[in-house]
Amino acid sequence: MTLLGMSSILSMPIKRLSVLLFWVALLTACDLTQLNNPYVQDKSAGSVLYSSFSERPKHLDPAVAYSSNEYAFIGQIYEPPLQYRYLKRPYELIPLTTIKMPTVVYRNKAGQTLPENAPIQDIAFTDYILDIKPGIQFQPHPALAKAADGTYLYHHLTPAQLEEITTLSDFKATGSRELTAEDYVYQIKRLANPKIQSPIAGVMQPYIVGFEAFAKQLNAAPKTDLNSLSMSGVKSLGRYQYQITINGKYPQFRFWLAMYFFAPMPWEADAFYAQPHLKAKNISLDWFPIGTGPYQLTENNPNRQMVLLKNPVFHGESYPDSGEPEDQALGLLKDAGKPLPFIDKVVYTLEKETIPYWNKFLQGYYDASGIASDSFDQAIQFAGNGQAQLTPAMQAQGMQLQTEVQTSSFYMGFNMLDNVVGGNSEKARKLRLALSIAVDYEEYIAIFSNGRGVAAQGILPPGIYGNQAGKAGMNPNVYDWVDGAYRRKPLAAAKQLMAEAGYPNGIDPATREGLILYFDSTSTSTEDRPMLNWYRKQFEKLGIKLVIRSTDYNRFQQKMSDGNAQIFVWGWNADYPDPENFFFLLYGPNGKVKHGGENAVNYNNPEFDKLFEQMRNMDDGDERMRLIQQLQDQIRHDAPWIFGFHPKSFVLYHSWYGNSKANLMANNRLKYLRINAEERGAKRGEWNKPVFWPLLIGFIAIVLLIIPAVIAYRRRSLATLLVAQHRS
Amino acid sequence: MFQYFIRRCLYALPILMGVNILTFVLFFIVNSPEDMARMQLGQKHVTPAAIQNWKQQHGYDLPLLWNESQDSAKKLTETIFYQKSVGLFLLDFGVSDSGRDMATDIKQRMWPSLALALPSLVLGLTVNICVALMMVLFRNTYLELGSMVLCVMLMSISSLFYIIGGQFYIGKVLKLVPISGYASGLDAFKFMVLPVIIGVVSGIGSGARWYRTLFLEEVEKDYVRTARAKGLSETQVLFKHVLKNAMIPILTGVVVVLPLLFMGSLIMESFFSIPGLGSYTIDAINSQDFAIVRAMVFLGSLLYVLGLLLTDISYTLVDPRVRLS
Repeated sequence: MTLLGMSSILSMPIKRLSVLLFWVALLTACDLTQLNNPYVQDKSAGSVLYSSFSERPKHLDPAVAYSSNEYAFIGQIYEPPLQYRYLKRPYELIPLTTIKMPTVVYRNKAGQTLPENAPIQDIAFTDYILDIKPGIQFQPHPALAKAADGTYLYHHLTPAQLEEITTLSDFKATGSRELTAEDYVYQIKRLANPKIQSPIAGVMQPYIVGFEAFAKQLNAAPKTDLNSLSMSGVKSLGRYQYQITINGKYPQFRFWLAMYFFAPMPWEADAFYAQPHLKAKNISLDWFPIGTGPYQLTENNPNRQMVLLKNPVFHGESYPDSGEPEDQALGLLKDAGKPLPFIDKVVYTLEKETIPYWNKFLQGYYDASGIASDSFDQAIQFAGNGQAQLTPAMQAQGMQLQTEVQTSSFYMGFNMLDNVVGGNSEKARKLRLALSIAVDYEEYIAIFSNGRGVAAQGILPPGIYGNQAGKAGMNPNVYDWVDGAYRRKPLAAAKQLMAEAGYPNGIDPATREGLILYFDSTSTSTEDRPMLNWYRKQFEKLGIKLVIRSTDYNRFQQKMSDGNAQIFVWGWNADYPDPENFFFLLYGPNGKVKHGGENAVNYNNPEFDKLFEQMRNMDDGDERMRLIQQLQDQIRHDAPWIFGFHPKSFVLYHSWYGNSKANLMANNRLKYLRINAEERGAKRGEWNKPVFWPLLIGFIAIVLLIIPAVIAYRRRSLATLLVAQHRS
Repeated sequence: MFQYFIRRCLYALPILMGVNILTFVLFFIVNSPEDMARMQLGQKHVTPAAIQNWKQQHGYDLPLLWNESQDSAKKLTETIFYQKSVGLFLLDFGVSDSGRDMATDIKQRMWPSLALALPSLVLGLTVNICVALMMVLFRNTYLELGSMVLCVMLMSISSLFYIIGGQFYIGKVLKLVPISGYASGLDAFKFMVLPVIIGVVSGIGSGARWYRTLFLEEVEKDYVRTARAKGLSETQVLFKHVLKNAMIPILTGVVVVLPLLFMGSLIMESFFSIPGLGSYTIDAINSQDFAIVRAMVFLGSLLYVLGLLLTDISYTLVDPRVRLS
């Protein structure tokens, strides 16, 4: 500042100077960039990831949580003994909190150890012995806080202590302790506790030895401390070693050990949260988890925001140093060997509607996004070869696109108990096969999923052991192999099958009119009408009249349980990457009507069941692969499902979002991700400069509107006054 | 007045009881306890035993309205209806079917609802009255005609359009405010600007026309002519006399909605991610959480009854001729 300038300021009257200072202060205090920033405290500083959730997670208790929106959180907080490799494919399990993969010991009925290659029928029990790493600590938590004399500070809360507490962070003291094998044992006992209502209790009951008896004990005495009871098949063998004994051989059990149901739980958590006054304040294990993972939940307001912070006592883990051949080129191995996690904080904001979410993503306030159908054309275009790519606008923003076929199957099911479409008769089978050809799922994917999916050739999605690509993986009853690609059989083939089934041109000989079939659907809105009409048209191709019976999900479930539906659509998402997790959907003893299982079509073929029983307990290998193909052939032949499609996920992420690779099995991906906060800050600033001039124009327009009104009013008042004066 | 108050409170009891029964019957016509269990337990591995266990844990294993297996009074009390309803009349909302304490949730969520609804109401009322008075002031001119056309246009546009359009233009194109979100305390201001503006603008059409009708009725009355004859200016006539005498219908409309402000705005809260009570109810309906639906319907009825009572009391304040007896 020049001397002249200084002197002019000093010569100002105090009043004017203070006004000037006020405006200077106001303008400098107001950061006029990013006025639309939805985050109050941090404007992109630090390694923070911004994400969202559309529905509040119901449960964060690992014994109960089972849906993807719950796993998004607990996957970062809890640690089961095993995890999936992040970069390598096919999906492979590796130790997470264990030193090595579990030691598997087979035993016969007498309890004698059997060799690894013992025949399945000789194996009465399988022991899984797990050795956990010493030194792993639970995240700091009030449940673990201890006084100087070693007693727990908050296990017997007094009314005075409770008065100051409204949320978990109000507890002044926290504590931590080392993870032990007992914590894993304790969690398995929790799975059996009827009061906790774990969704896998019914699944584990036939497998884990003593599981059912333990549940019965607890049912009889519900208030018993879990530590005082023992489960015969689960025991701690030392401070860092525990054993789970299962009935027979069940190799898929290793996959369950990578699920959060088997994550450790300190008994102190249950003791702490069981206090009734905490429940009244909504402080429960369902809302405030306590794990050993890389993150801890520090803010849980599922109505607005949930925040994960780096666990200060995380035991440490390194970024993988190997992956797929293309990972190096994609820069996914740049961080090999570096300590995890990279991100310090994750902010999840409640965002119920897709439009605001998408717009905020485009403004840089979310780091990654899926693509809703409303925004699909704005983001994606298809190249001449059918390859999906980003639109120029997205490319200009430096976005990246990641696609992956999901390990899910959507299908159209035939109720095999139905007189017309069900049963093992050749007539019904040919009718189902004809419909399998006629219902053109390639068209469905193009129209209703924006091309995001692949038509299914069988029950197994890509990525699941046993799925085969190319000609070997084709469903020969529905497709032909033409020019190195699948081609749906011509409609004439379907019509031929209809004729063979006794419905020439779709005419039902009993009525001499078009065959009438019934489609039960949960699609009830007007938006679903085009899709339902599409289904109707697919059936019309064969002269079949499809009657749509739209119903709400409750009634639909009831119909399915009672076996009253004829044709329906449903889907299944893999729990783990094993074919057993799909073929069991058609296993006779899992029939929905008779047994309340997951076999919604009530398919019951003894040949299939026998093959399935052989396959499910086998280790992966040539023999198992052969059986899987036999199973596939069997259901392709019987056609209890029209194999619909496997959806393809499209994820967009900004240029500052690093190390992202789709992994459909791993729910703990967050620790591998990296954010370039500087780049994000710069781009947000560039993209979010406020525009003020329309406000000015609006203001001028209002003034211009008001002026004539004021003039008119004054003129009228003056006229009234003159009249009054004239009268007086 | 005290007697009147007590009498109205007693009248409210059968109304609330009726609402409670109606909610109960309607809910259980659509959803059975088994459906609720399925919804809460998720979609995978839901066994009949798990459903039975859930029903038992949450008290839905009893008959709905009448328990034939019990004796005397227990036929009525050992039912889902009785067990779930009694607490409501003591304002003990209990625990939701997903296991959360509802009173705590309601206390937490009513503030964001109020933060949106109260400024929207006050500002909306002010703007609507001012616009209506302006139209009356310039009645029988092109200004009034233009305003009326504008009001009809504003009324004809769906509120969803205002929301999406406002988010797009002010939040996305002009980048002046966040597109959606919420913060507590003073930080809430920047998040509330857009929804409040949208709330006010979307209500101008119908509000201003309604108030214009009220004012036009008053403006032709003798006391207005007298006021003009006294030499008062038109603005003085309108703001001092007409407005005051039009207060009763204004109050009827406003006071009755005051308690309902707590209940939140469904669409607005959803689009702006405001964690209020509006979204609480709709989430509960979607997740078939009967405990929350029942509590919120009961609370809504209670507040409505309270609103009507307040309206009656407010009449005595603005019009000395009205006496409650």
